Amino acid sequence: MFSFALHLIARDFRLALRRPMDVASALFFFLIMASLFPLGVSPEPELLRQLAPGILWIGALLSNMLSLPRLFAEDFQDGALEQMALAPYPLFLLAMSKTLAHWLICGIPLAFLSPLLGLQFDLPPDALGILFVSLLLGSLALAGIGAVGAALILGLRNGGILLALLILPLYIPALIFGTSAVDAVTHGLSPLPYLLLLAAFTLGCAVFAPLAAAAALKVSLE
Amino acid sequence: MLEVIDLEGQRGDSCLFHGVNFCLEAGELLLLRGRNGAGKTTLLRALCGLTPPASGKICWKGEPIHAQGAEYRRELCYLGHANAIKEDFTPLENFRAQACLSGDAEHPETKDALAALGELGLSGREHLVCRHLSQGQKRRTALSRLARERRALWILDEPFVALDAQAVAWLSGRLGEHLASGGLVVLTSHQSADIPRARKIKTLTLSA
Repeated sequence: MFSFALHLIARDFRLALRRPMDVASALFFFLIMASLFPLGVSPEPELLRQLAPGILWIGALLSNMLSLPRLFAEDFQDGALEQMALAPYPLFLLAMSKTLAHWLICGIPLAFLSPLLGLQFDLPPDALGILFVSLLLGSLALAGIGAVGAALILGLRNGGILLALLILPLYIPALIFGTSAVDAVTHGLSPLPYLLLLAAFTLGCAVFAPLAAAAALKVSLE
Repeated sequence: MLEVIDLEGQRGDSCLFHGVNFCLEAGELLLLRGRNGAGKTTLLRALCGLTPPASGKICWKGEPIHAQGAEYRRELCYLGHANAIKEDFTPLENFRAQACLSGDAEHPETKDALAALGELGLSGREHLVCRHLSQGQKRRTALSRLARERRALWILDEPFVALDAQAVAWLSGRLGEHLASGGLVVLTSHQSADIPRARKIKTLTLSA
């Protein structure tokens, strides 16, 4: 059972390596979006510092969504998803492995990029660290919720827009806890309560989202 | 072994087939016929447990397949219309991925994988990304999993499509071997299949 999950994750990883542009485009989107704000809003360091957590979190959230429609869609089209569903393991395991793979391939690189972008906004070093930690934790929740949406839109035309409408509202708790944690550090407060809340939300998503995604997959595969 | 009782299949609101009954024992092959849109694929997907039938019962070894779940899927090998191969993988990687995805515990050895692909005439192409292969070669890559498949029940949707005479002969021979070793096969085909050593071939024609 564990080896099945590991094989699935390794396979997705290998596929992502074959097509590095998929991940690179999400990272570049994040980079460009974050770079536009100082140009468009104001180069005032004080203002940018205040806006930074929100901008960077929203940027990470949107770039995370870029590759989500493909999470199940390609395997669905070429029949691989059917084969995985016919493996003698619960669909829950499939949904969970796919979620983890997406987190490893897309979420973690975004988290690593975020402190660099934070520098553009003149964030203090400890805030950069918390931004990284909050995105590292939060992106797992984003991947979990995203997988539910990605499973629901399988086989639909224009699924991408529907996906955004479905899951962006569900991202709100992660966004609030994540940005509050970074805000707290910049104001000299402890970020721990927010990080703990974010961790709790992430844990809840990691457990329940694959169940929902499995149910959605079952419907989509019929 | 595989028993289907009074099965009814629907696609959307329309009834595709109803009152389908058959029983398949070890070493028997069921050839499913019917014009396009008669519900052959729907029936096959129902047999796999992917699409629940509108009504009726499907039993494997006397028990309904939905009650068995993973136990049943462990004995099932399904090959659908789609090849289920990754265009970005080489045939060798696809062969391995198929083995892992189907949940077989043992990881195939490179030697076995190469031999299986060789049987399908893919030697020399093992390390070429599948995107560069022809339609028939992709189909051969997908079929390569049958070369080492030990599961009892094979459900194949149009397995002969896009294959040349040589590959058709290989597949027929492989089906014959599988039947001779006590396996079961359900397949759809518009061609007349000539399976050597097949003890018994049943035919079921779906008519809407």
